[in-house]
Amino acid sequence: MHIVICVKQVPDTETKIRVKDGQLDHSETKYVVNPYDEYAIEEGLRIKERLGEGKITLVSTGPERAKDALKSGLAVGADEAIHLLDEAFEGSDPYATALILSKALQKLDYDMVFCGKQGVDEDHAQVGIILAELLDIPHISVVTKLEISDDLRSVVAHREVEGGHAVVETPLPAVITAQKGLNEPRYASIKGIMAVKKKVIPEWNAAEIGVEGDAVGVESAKITSIEVTLPPDRAGGRVFDEDPAQDAVKVAHLLRDEAKIL
Amino acid sequence: MFNPSLSDEHKALRELARHFARNEITPIAAEADRVEEYPWELVEKAHAVGLINITVPEEYGGGGLGYFEDCLVAEELSAACAGVYSSFVASTLALTPLNIAATPDQMERLMKPFCAQPALASFCLTEPGAGSDVASVRTRAKRDGDAYVLNGTKRFITNGGVAKMYTVTATLDPELRHKGLVLLVVPSDSPGVSVGKKEEKMGQRAADTREVIFEDVRAPVENRLGEEGEGFGLVMETLDRIRAEVAAAAVGVGRAALQAAVQYSKEREQFSEPISSFQAIQFKLADMAIKVEAARLLVRQAAWLADHGLRNSYESAIAKCFAADSAMQITTDAVQVFGGYGYIRDYPVEKYMRDAKLLQIYEGTSEIQRLVISRWLLKS
Repeated sequence: MHIVICVKQVPDTETKIRVKDGQLDHSETKYVVNPYDEYAIEEGLRIKERLGEGKITLVSTGPERAKDALKSGLAVGADEAIHLLDEAFEGSDPYATALILSKALQKLDYDMVFCGKQGVDEDHAQVGIILAELLDIPHISVVTKLEISDDLRSVVAHREVEGGHAVVETPLPAVITAQKGLNEPRYASIKGIMAVKKKVIPEWNAAEIGVEGDAVGVESAKITSIEVTLPPDRAGGRVFDEDPAQDAVKVAHLLRDEAKIL
Repeated sequence: MFNPSLSDEHKALRELARHFARNEITPIAAEADRVEEYPWELVEKAHAVGLINITVPEEYGGGGLGYFEDCLVAEELSAACAGVYSSFVASTLALTPLNIAATPDQMERLMKPFCAQPALASFCLTEPGAGSDVASVRTRAKRDGDAYVLNGTKRFITNGGVAKMYTVTATLDPELRHKGLVLLVVPSDSPGVSVGKKEEKMGQRAADTREVIFEDVRAPVENRLGEEGEGFGLVMETLDRIRAEVAAAAVGVGRAALQAAVQYSKEREQFSEPISSFQAIQFKLADMAIKVEAARLLVRQAAWLADHGLRNSYESAIAKCFAADSAMQITTDAVQVFGGYGYIRDYPVEKYMRDAKLLQIYEGTSEIQRLVISRWLLKS
């Protein structure tokens, strides 16, 4: 079974996010593998271990530094990694990213595709689903439990829905997007880290995967980021300690008109 | 040439150790210190990831890496809890004479099964009457056919009660002093081995430290490392090699204390200002940072020499002495920065200070390190 896992490199959740001139300033950002993609990788590894055979290929589109995310995935146990690297890819929105991934995946003989349910940087939660549409295969998103049929031709997945779980079955190949709770990702091993040194990560550019330069990247974007702002600084609390009946009225007004939560 | 910078693999290794320390050790450090119990499940987890037995060759189930790499791990794990890490380094210490002197047969018989399971080893050198003065070991090894019969008591043995395997320094004849020493590998379940009560320590309280008693314990001759009389040289070479790791542990403790002090100084306000705005605090922080950075470079130099098969007695003694003394100073200063809050157990710095003290004492006291250094300076 060939399992392809799409991986995104994102800012470490512990990194202090800076904003400069209305855009994110990543000059001092530390990057990690998107945590939801870690669940995806772990699930792939577990399937391979359970079957006793198979291959796991990681695919990522991103700048040069994204190679570190692929290396992290290899250190945990993935077999191969492919870096989709081209200046034309930079600034791609979720649709263009899915398009790039779909073109690369069409060159791979995959049985199953995993993505994280969303990137923790921009939180679009779209790429995996659009990817499935472009590949014309089914998808199950926000998956917390996954079982493969004995004949390896279908999966049953539990996905989170409002107030409960939906149980969905789909034939393979399909795209599965991983949610927290699917599994507990393992640590890389020292052996894995050292083995990465010997692995070559091929780079595929736009021409190699057959993507027109103007179909992806900033120019093609269907989404434009207008401005990015940090949340306002937390202000001190306000005390209402006069007449309880009047205070209650005041608080209700403030919650409606100022905080806008009523 | 010695190069202190880190490769991509080194960085990944450090990141793994940091991640492991943050997720597995930091959350339990205060509790393990309070109850003085060794968190055994950490050994299992560290073994699965490969964070123990790092310097053992790969073919015998270790990480196949050098002391330089081991030091990167040491700093990260000790920054989370020096007591937990001490048990790891004590194990490495016990395995080092095997790495140096074991025959392929001994590695196959003793090292391989040891590394295959989550386990700790223990280096049994110190005795009630022998510590810094290694040649005055009194534990007797008397040859009897194909075995040595061991009798004696070892004191302050890290992992004493949790180790699967001991590396024991014994003497064939106390009169022979250093020429009479032998090193024997003894499984902890050998008949005649018993352990004393767990020592109640000031710091590094998670680590299991106790007496190990040998009463007519038969240690097969085939478990002797090196020849009879080579024990002293082997112990010295082992201590030379391992000093960098202990120094790295000291860097970890110092770094943790520095980070805590920096953070706290920005939050704590006095006279309507964060105390970090006062030069008295700023200079303290700067002095702490100078010591951490300098100690780290000394550690890397000493480890690099060991990895390249170069004698590092002088450099490793300097690294160990400076790093341990610095850790004591840094942690004391960190408590000072915290003021009254530094003295109570709600904050981590008093633990760092208690943990740091042992770094100046075990694996060669700071005085012994100065002795090694000055002898190198003054010889011929």
